[in-house]
Amino acid sequence: MKQLLTGNEAVARGAWEAGVRYASAYPGTPSTEILENIAQYREIYSEWAPNEKVATESAIGASFAGGRALAAMKHVGLNVAADPLFTGAYIGVNGGLVIVSADDPGLHSSQDEQDNRYYARAAKVGMLEPSDSQEAKDFVGIALELSEQFDMPILLRMTTRVCHSKSIVDLSKERTEKPPVPYAKQDKFNPIPAISKRLHTKVEQNLKRLEEYSESSPLNYVEWGEKKIGIISSGVAYEYAKEVYGENASYLKLGFTFPLPMRKIREFAARVDQLIVVEELEPIMENEIKAAGIPCIGKEKIPCEGELNPDILRQSLLGEEHKTIRYDASIVAARPPVLCAGCPHRGFFYELQKMKNVITVSDIGCYGLAPKDIAICMGGGFSVAHGAQKIFDSESDGTRKRCVGIMGDSTFFHSGMTSMLEAVYNRSDILMVVLDNRITAMTGHQQNPGTGLTLAEEPTHMTDIAEVAQALGVKHIRTVNPLKPDDVRDALKWGMGFDEPALLITRWPCALKKMTQTDIEEFGSLRFVNCVDPEKCIGCRACIQTGCPAIEYHADSKKVTIDQIQCTGCDLCAQVCPKHAIFREEKQNV
Amino acid sequence: MSEVKNILLCGVGGQGTILASKILSTALVAAGYDVKMSEIHGMSQRGGSVVTQVRYGDKVYSPIIGKGSADILVSFEAMEALRYLDGLKKDGVAVVNDYRIPTATTLSGQETYPADCIEQLKTLVNTKVLDAAKIATELGNSKSMNIVLLGALIKLMKLEALDWDAALTDNIKPRFVTVNRKALEAGMAAVAE
Repeated sequence: MKQLLTGNEAVARGAWEAGVRYASAYPGTPSTEILENIAQYREIYSEWAPNEKVATESAIGASFAGGRALAAMKHVGLNVAADPLFTGAYIGVNGGLVIVSADDPGLHSSQDEQDNRYYARAAKVGMLEPSDSQEAKDFVGIALELSEQFDMPILLRMTTRVCHSKSIVDLSKERTEKPPVPYAKQDKFNPIPAISKRLHTKVEQNLKRLEEYSESSPLNYVEWGEKKIGIISSGVAYEYAKEVYGENASYLKLGFTFPLPMRKIREFAARVDQLIVVEELEPIMENEIKAAGIPCIGKEKIPCEGELNPDILRQSLLGEEHKTIRYDASIVAARPPVLCAGCPHRGFFYELQKMKNVITVSDIGCYGLAPKDIAICMGGGFSVAHGAQKIFDSESDGTRKRCVGIMGDSTFFHSGMTSMLEAVYNRSDILMVVLDNRITAMTGHQQNPGTGLTLAEEPTHMTDIAEVAQALGVKHIRTVNPLKPDDVRDALKWGMGFDEPALLITRWPCALKKMTQTDIEEFGSLRFVNCVDPEKCIGCRACIQTGCPAIEYHADSKKVTIDQIQCTGCDLCAQVCPKHAIFREEKQNV
Repeated sequence: MSEVKNILLCGVGGQGTILASKILSTALVAAGYDVKMSEIHGMSQRGGSVVTQVRYGDKVYSPIIGKGSADILVSFEAMEALRYLDGLKKDGVAVVNDYRIPTATTLSGQETYPADCIEQLKTLVNTKVLDAAKIATELGNSKSMNIVLLGALIKLMKLEALDWDAALTDNIKPRFVTVNRKALEAGMAAVAE
């Protein structure tokens, strides 16, 4: 049977077919749907981990115990998981282990566009790069075979376009059960220096063997066409090259990309007039090919920034451009993503913005769409604020700058707990805020250790953020409803009044959250809508200041209206209206 | 060898572009075409601008369409058609829904929503204007606006012979199939010459 699947759906299917027993991940665009889809196969034990390091470690544990295992993450997640990856590469595996890295060229939903092909080189493990969904499915099984054959974890490198594009996949293969490889105590599982020295030797030997595999691998193949131009490419860039050159070039298509098959490349280069390396982001293959003494064209023509596409290749390599309709695009208004109507973060930021001499140190989540001064990475909100505050406190210019560190519930569990410990341990005086919206929202509503449900939506312990903070030594903790601006204002003043770290938790469910019974018991069923009384509205636009996308100001009537479909009845606008012109009522069935 | 056809669907997060493109691609695959479809997840449910690209033919390589190469642009929102117009071939056709959704910047008054965007579009390219919301509401479910637009696309791309019933049944809950079948037909009729 043939079906149209995204690359992420195909990876999940490939894991199922290849007998994977354990899979773990932390959600992150563009990788999130891999685990969401794996969760639909009952034969695979799958879970959300608090972060990517933990996901990778758990998958390593499953592999050592003999089961085939998979961990998936976005590119920056592999930075978090780099520690177990590098030593895991020395130790090797028992059951096959594949680690999926989903890179994001073009930064569709990321803070950088790092090229994780470098990780295969740095950690000395094999790497596969699928170009479409069929390959994404097939490569999972091949990666697991290679992992077992060469005793190393294998990296499967995807990119946004491979993860989120759909193409046809043959689903005729069924699952092959792989009973766990029997576990036996082995020296390699205990990498003390004396053992690791030997393991390093093994890594070097295995890489040499892997290089030979790369030379003979059917994943690295030549397609002959015109021989004036020979193109070496991998991943989705190969598809773009085929789109632009078609039969007018020959191709060395690489599916297994580390170590590179240098003999094969040399033979291919010798049979074409001009060699072009088409790769997205960094000149990794190009540099290695040039270092082997093979001349080629690469990044002097093709940009190393941003996502590639057929147009960019056509322009940079052929100097050609498609004719487009000419028009004045400047009249098109920007449509940036915004905090949703009813988003509980809105009430918090509405009050925070009014405070003077405050530096907002945020991190990665929906709340990044709200105004902020600084952000760097998951869990960085408190520690970055702490470091900055130390310097600000040493200034003597009269106005005291106050740092407010901000993160979400899932981010707190990801890596914010150590960040909080830093603030406590090193006697900080920052205000820490956890915006607890009862779900991992940005990536599309995944469960986390604070929601009380697992990936399979089974009940589990609901970790309490205030209890964690208390155990870490935070003495001043307050929880507020962020949609009550008066309470938020009081709490912010309270939180800034200490010379010790204080924690403010805003607790209200994401406006898009599918409410659980526990949520309904705590928050009510929330079936409300806000409406404007046009008689009372004076057009002062105080409600517009909340930034809610459901409120519209009409210049002709000098009144506002509220879109009844978008509105969730959060009541924030009603509380900021000086004329009490906004009221709330029960939502009718729409 | 049949040449590759390129379709661009654009709109605003939550308008159902993804479901429409799923139904479209289901029918194309069933008809034996090679199909690739590309969309970007992540920000779409936060009211951002969304675009889905569908390509079909004997053999499709790139999942994304270059500038000036779409045969048809179907815009689920009026102004969005202008945002993605440079993706359309000069002799391509634009289908635009006469339905306006303000943006964060127009709501706050930082920018003005271009009131004449559909008129501008008409001067630039072969344009078919539909009031899909009105058509869908008359049929009994305003949410099938996306299927009305899909119907227009099917007619203009001459894809009427494909098995749309099966594609609808595969992708839509049984109780909504009938209203959506009507929506599809109404969309086709709306752009009939």
